[in-house]
Amino acid sequence: MIEVVNISKHFGTKLAVDQLSFTVRKGEVLGFLGPNGAGKSTTMRMVTGFIPPSSGEARICGISITENPYEAKTKIGYLPESAPLYNDMTVMGFLKFCADVRKLSGSAKNDAVEKAIETCFLTSVAHQSIDTLSKGYRHRTCLAQALLHDPEVLILDEPTDGLDPNQKYEVRQLIKRLGKDKAILFSTHILEEVEASCTRAVIVDRGKIVADGTPAELIAKAPNGSLTELFRKVTTTDTAA
Amino acid sequence: MNTLTIFRRELKSYFAQPTAYAIIVIFLILSLGLTFTFGEFMRIGDASLEYSFFFWHPWLYMLLAPAIAMRLWVDEQRNGTIELLGTFPVSTWSAIAGKFLAAATVSLVALLLTFPIVITVNYLGSPDNGAIISSYIGSFLVCCTFIGMTMLVSAFTRDQVVCLIVAVTLCTLMVLGGYEPVTRELAKATSPATVEAVTAFGIWDHFASLNRGLFRLQDFVWFASFITLCLVGTSTILSAKRA
Ligand SMILES: Nc1ncnc2c1ncn2[C@@H]1O[C@H](COP(=O)(O)OP(=O)(O)O)[C@@H](O)[C@H]1O
Ligand SMILES: [Mg+2]
Repeated sequence: MIEVVNISKHFGTKLAVDQLSFTVRKGEVLGFLGPNGAGKSTTMRMVTGFIPPSSGEARICGISITENPYEAKTKIGYLPESAPLYNDMTVMGFLKFCADVRKLSGSAKNDAVEKAIETCFLTSVAHQSIDTLSKGYRHRTCLAQALLHDPEVLILDEPTDGLDPNQKYEVRQLIKRLGKDKAILFSTHILEEVEASCTRAVIVDRGKIVADGTPAELIAKAPNGSLTELFRKVTTTDTAA
Repeated sequence: MNTLTIFRRELKSYFAQPTAYAIIVIFLILSLGLTFTFGEFMRIGDASLEYSFFFWHPWLYMLLAPAIAMRLWVDEQRNGTIELLGTFPVSTWSAIAGKFLAAATVSLVALLLTFPIVITVNYLGSPDNGAIISSYIGSFLVCCTFIGMTMLVSAFTRDQVVCLIVAVTLCTLMVLGGYEPVTRELAKATSPATVEAVTAFGIWDHFASLNRGLFRLQDFVWFASFITLCLVGTSTILSAKRA
């Protein structure tokens, strides 16, 4: 489970994330909504231990990411926004490397790699070099890396970005399925995704949470029963302020 | 443990691309070519190999070590894979050590492949093989020093060209710094203190004694502290960049 307490991040004088707090329990899928530049990726980078927070803290399954990063990181599967990959490797080679990093070996390693390849529909490109993959496949390869070690916590930064509608659908189904026994935090700016796969959603604007609730609650709050209207209302009024 | 995982990936990646092969072949052609031409190996009969063979190594490394090591953090930052590495349960220190060792291994392979020259001198004369071994050690340490330096530079930038130019410049200064003809000119133009500072930064002082078969503790301390400083610097820069 993920606990974030009053986390903030300054870049120079710019405040990218402002005293954000939220919790994601096991079995929950939290949608992280917000316009571009709201601070979603920055928050995720702090929660995954890539960048240190300016203040506040994040705990993964009760382990502080700043005090005990090594332990905490073993519990997390993370898909960064740009789905970065080592271009000189094959899909299989890359996943085996990730399995080594995750301390999997022998048959556990092979099984984990096979399973991740199957789950992310990568069988046809398993032995292809990563630099020859199309965008959708690159994205799914990086997603496979996040699922490989069957982590308790999944953090996915725009997991459906750049996918075609079929792939988007598959990934949403996957998130929903995995969410039954994991804590998942995923960001998006596509509002249908919230209804499709989240148990709860927060809307972030300029580093602050401006709305929070189940999809049904959020829709109930919305002026004319559509999430889009709510999103426009809470984020535009804030930008105007 | 994780150092080993990173090391293996980096090493595979060197040999999956033409980089390692190209650098090894260039090193072999140039080091052996220079020995038999400008090194006048045949004419002066330098069985210790000091002047004909090992003399050229720093000059080759100042160009080739940056070519080996520049990709270590530049690629990682340009492709964004540093974000994967930074969220894996791998300490920055393991990653740095693994990468450094991989680059050092590539250069060690190149260096060991020059063995025919050792066989040749043993066939032609009776060289001091102890001095040859210590020269090899010295040569490898010089290369590791330049790899460390390049790695530090690569932590600063995501641009390969910038990294290569800056690293080659710094390594060149380290080669020229203690090079006898340069220090002699420098002594005429500046104060002794400056000359001493420049020589201390240069590699020749430490390389030369190993070339003569002298194992001086101070040289090993110098190489070890320089390399450690570069690696610690790399770690500091990488952490500072994320903050
Ligand atoms: N490394 C950085 N240095 C300076 N500013 C940054 C950095 N990373 C993000 N920002 C700024 O922080 C804000 C939040 O960015 P981000 O978290 O990427 O937003 P989102 O993912 O919600 O689109 C943006 O205004 C962005 O320009
Ligand atoms: Mg983002």
